[in-house]
Amino acid sequence: MFRKLIIVLITVLISGFNANAGSDGELIIKKNQPAEVKDCFESINRATFAFNQALDGAIFKPVASAYRVLPSPVKSGVSNSLENLSNLLTIPNNVLQGEFKKAGINSGRFIINTTVGILGFINVAEYLGFPEYEKEDYGQSLATMGIGPGCYLVLPVLGPSTLRDTTASVVNFVGGDAWYNVTVNNDTQYFSDFDYYASKLTSGIDFRAKNFDAIENLEQNSIDFYASVKSLYLQDRQQKILNTNKVIETQDDSDWEEIETQ
Amino acid sequence: MNFKKILIIVFFLNSIFTSSFSLEPDVFVQSTVNRASQILSTNISKEEKINELKSIAKETVDITGVGFYSLGSARKNLDNKQKEKYSELFEKYFLKSFSSRLAEYTNPEIEVTGKEVLNKNYTIVNSILIATSERPEVKIDWRIYTKNPNNPLIRDLIIEGLSLARTQKEEFSSILNSNNGNIDILFKTLEEFSNN
Repeated sequence: MFRKLIIVLITVLISGFNANAGSDGELIIKKNQPAEVKDCFESINRATFAFNQALDGAIFKPVASAYRVLPSPVKSGVSNSLENLSNLLTIPNNVLQGEFKKAGINSGRFIINTTVGILGFINVAEYLGFPEYEKEDYGQSLATMGIGPGCYLVLPVLGPSTLRDTTASVVNFVGGDAWYNVTVNNDTQYFSDFDYYASKLTSGIDFRAKNFDAIENLEQNSIDFYASVKSLYLQDRQQKILNTNKVIETQDDSDWEEIETQ
Repeated sequence: MNFKKILIIVFFLNSIFTSSFSLEPDVFVQSTVNRASQILSTNISKEEKINELKSIAKETVDITGVGFYSLGSARKNLDNKQKEKYSELFEKYFLKSFSSRLAEYTNPEIEVTGKEVLNKNYTIVNSILIATSERPEVKIDWRIYTKNPNNPLIRDLIIEGLSLARTQKEEFSSILNSNNGNIDILFKTLEEFSNN
């Protein structure tokens, strides 16, 4: 019954985001342009952002700082294992996006790295010449179906998101994430709830450690740190949805063309 | 006959000079990063490094262009006096922000890997910031303004696909939006940042 309610809720919310949803590439770019995403709850978002910053200063930053001094092979091993686990979310989304070839490649990548690569610690698939890994999630799948991002949100602890992406992440908890299913959802003898939450926490610390200097630098040199983080998050989401980091495919150049200084 | 000869010689000389002085965007980026890298690895004080980096930025970045881009559509509402004041404030803000961002790095190794000509005015130069034990490899693209091929200028840095100019533009837009588009508040914010 609860699952049915969730599905109905998601359907209603999704239909509310965009009545004219289409799958045309240019429309997807336009809908996901950072400047087009409304900050409907800005004052609440700013308050949550301030809370997250305080939490970061008290917990994540010191832990990430300590994590950085670990030997490189340990850090890259942890990072590889977490990335390997994320295949469990990427593969169903490759299928949802009609990318069957990628789903096959990522399945192969997951099997090789989990077995030969010792639970993903070593990225054997990369050595074997597998194509570069691109993470996918349910928010990206909805976007490729033409669903707009809705309003920008800042979630407590989890950070920046959009209404679409937050709603889509509910799918993870109703059977859409195999890692959640074997750890939290089902009582298996091999994994416990702890494994799931520990992997998510480590993932957050790993991200913070990898971007330690960049985040510090950005904070120090921003005149509105909240707006900078929002812009960077939305640019990153747009790239992930389009599966490209080529700026010419994600940016509207018309604004540049108007600037004449020579 | 003589006139024809003169024309040919003029044309020939012009083509030699044009090709000698025209600077390829990828060569320009590599030489700029090499200069910055040299300063960062030199054993001088942070203050001296910042000053050296500022002079490189003044030479190689189209600060005025980046400034007006960052202002978005608000630039259309400024009168000449405001434009002048904004350019002055933006330059101070940009140089402080840019040089203090870079001064934290010690001997960053950047390797230019390719380029893509977008049109007569723009080329995207691709490069890689080589990985260290503390951070992974980072892809950096440079938007080079090539309207005057003899004097290419940097207009944007795109780090792992994230544009710094675009981020700055959205930051300025946020300040203007939360203050009913009052440009004086933005001027004050830029001034405070530069003076701190």
